[in-house]
Amino acid sequence: MTAGASIQQTAIDAGRQPLLSVRGVKTYYGNIIALKGVDMDVHEGEIVTLIGANGAGKSTLMMTIFGNPRAREGTITYAGRDITKMPTHEIAQLSIAQSPEGRRIFPRMTVFENLQMGASINGMAHFDQDLERVCTLFPRLKERLQQRGGTLSGGEQQMLAIARALMSRPRLLLLDEPSLGLAPLIVKQIFSIIKELNEKDGMTVFLVEQNAYHALKLAHRGYVMVTGNITMSGTGKDLLNDPQVRAAYLEGGH
Amino acid sequence: MEIFVQQLINGLTLGSIYGLIAIGYTMVFGIIGMVNFAHGDVFMLSAFIALIFFLILTTWLGISSVVLALFIVLIIAMVLTSLWGWAIERVAYRPLRGSFRLAPLISAIGVSIFLSNFVQVAQGARNKPTPPMIRDVIVLFQGESGYNVAISYKQIIIMVVTAVLLTIFWYVVQKTSLGRAQRACEQDRKMAALLGINVDRTISLTFVIGASLAAVAGTMYLLYYGVVSFNDGFVPGVKAFTAAVLGGIGSLPGAVLGGLIIGLIETFWSAYFSIEYKDVAAFSILAIVLIFMPSGILGRPEVEKV
Repeated sequence: MTAGASIQQTAIDAGRQPLLSVRGVKTYYGNIIALKGVDMDVHEGEIVTLIGANGAGKSTLMMTIFGNPRAREGTITYAGRDITKMPTHEIAQLSIAQSPEGRRIFPRMTVFENLQMGASINGMAHFDQDLERVCTLFPRLKERLQQRGGTLSGGEQQMLAIARALMSRPRLLLLDEPSLGLAPLIVKQIFSIIKELNEKDGMTVFLVEQNAYHALKLAHRGYVMVTGNITMSGTGKDLLNDPQVRAAYLEGGH
Repeated sequence: MEIFVQQLINGLTLGSIYGLIAIGYTMVFGIIGMVNFAHGDVFMLSAFIALIFFLILTTWLGISSVVLALFIVLIIAMVLTSLWGWAIERVAYRPLRGSFRLAPLISAIGVSIFLSNFVQVAQGARNKPTPPMIRDVIVLFQGESGYNVAISYKQIIIMVVTAVLLTIFWYVVQKTSLGRAQRACEQDRKMAALLGINVDRTISLTFVIGASLAAVAGTMYLLYYGVVSFNDGFVPGVKAFTAAVLGGIGSLPGAVLGGLIIGLIETFWSAYFSIEYKDVAAFSILAIVLIFMPSGILGRPEVEKV
């Protein structure tokens, strides 16, 4: 961990316009409010994590950024553009990629076709090159290219979901609980890949996690969400050492 | 034996037509989970489009080659029927997306009634015949009793056109990015949108493909029977829907297989038992198959490992 460097980086970024900016966003499911006015920023080159308990609204925020469900109030800006009311597929074309909650692999398509779907935004321009890259990152997928997505194990599906998101060469990568249901060894592997993508390729990552310890250790900055509100924010290190965060999310096994 | 072979040829011809229509049902069901009850009438409409353009080409423009005329008619029918399919989805189904499940179904029944009444008013209620198109037959062999087993040029054309178009269609769905987007939307619309796929456009495309294959069926139907009427959408439509269910709704090879099976059951029953009960036979077999195979012959079971 290069904590010193990351704090410095954050300080530099603070002066610039954020890559992704969420302001006063409220999202409803029918009449039930899920996000109660969320403010959040992700700067270029950062890893930002959002932690919180089950049902806090983390995945809802992730999907609201993509306009599904749509924010009823507030604004979402990406690279200086207001994307609050943009159709989901157009948002995806702005080079934001998401590995969503529940992985959402196309079950009756092969691993190869799933990866092709990931690359369809940029018209398969660098497909072979990118395929090779994700196969290097996830050698397991290479062995399974012709297998149907639905037949993969949970861990393999998670790898495929991340790999599929990487195929579009995103500027901003949204990852929703990449560690969910995975063996500790694979979790470690996935987190080191995220770190590598950020450090080597300069990819900006917004990570939603229940596995708060790993996420905060990895991230430059973090936000804590409780029932639809951001209650705390700070550098990963600060949050990791915060007694409240420790009590709520880190001690007692999680 | 001679009768058997003859009925096999007839059954496969009829089955090809059902199979082409069935694809439209199965694709639409696959992508938006709706039974498009208007699809049979789209098929009927396409037969009328084919009829009108066939007459224009042969009598007004004086094209004497029937095969050339048919080819042009097929293309025109496919294009115009696709436009209808696109417009129907746009006007009658898309506004209801996200509404309760039965809403688009009711809308589809409305479109079905609209189309058949529209054609009845615009074209008249009587059967519309075409001038005889292709009458030649090839006698394959003669049985002992003097029964000729023959395949007509019409039947050959129908089977070849069906096979060629299904091959093209299969290639588009399996190998092109359009087809991939279509399958992705079928499996997970939300995820497809996250990957930058325009879901609405893909659904439109599904209706266009379904309608254009129905137009092939409509043109072939007209060629085969030489007559079409405004209420010809209903029974072939229901049978093609049956074929889609029998083959496993949502499955493309299932739709073609189901179509062929229904066509064969119908012709064999007519030949060996009674022609009046051919539809009863077809639907009874459907009911029996579905009791033992609820998801159809090639359908996938509901449960899927996620």
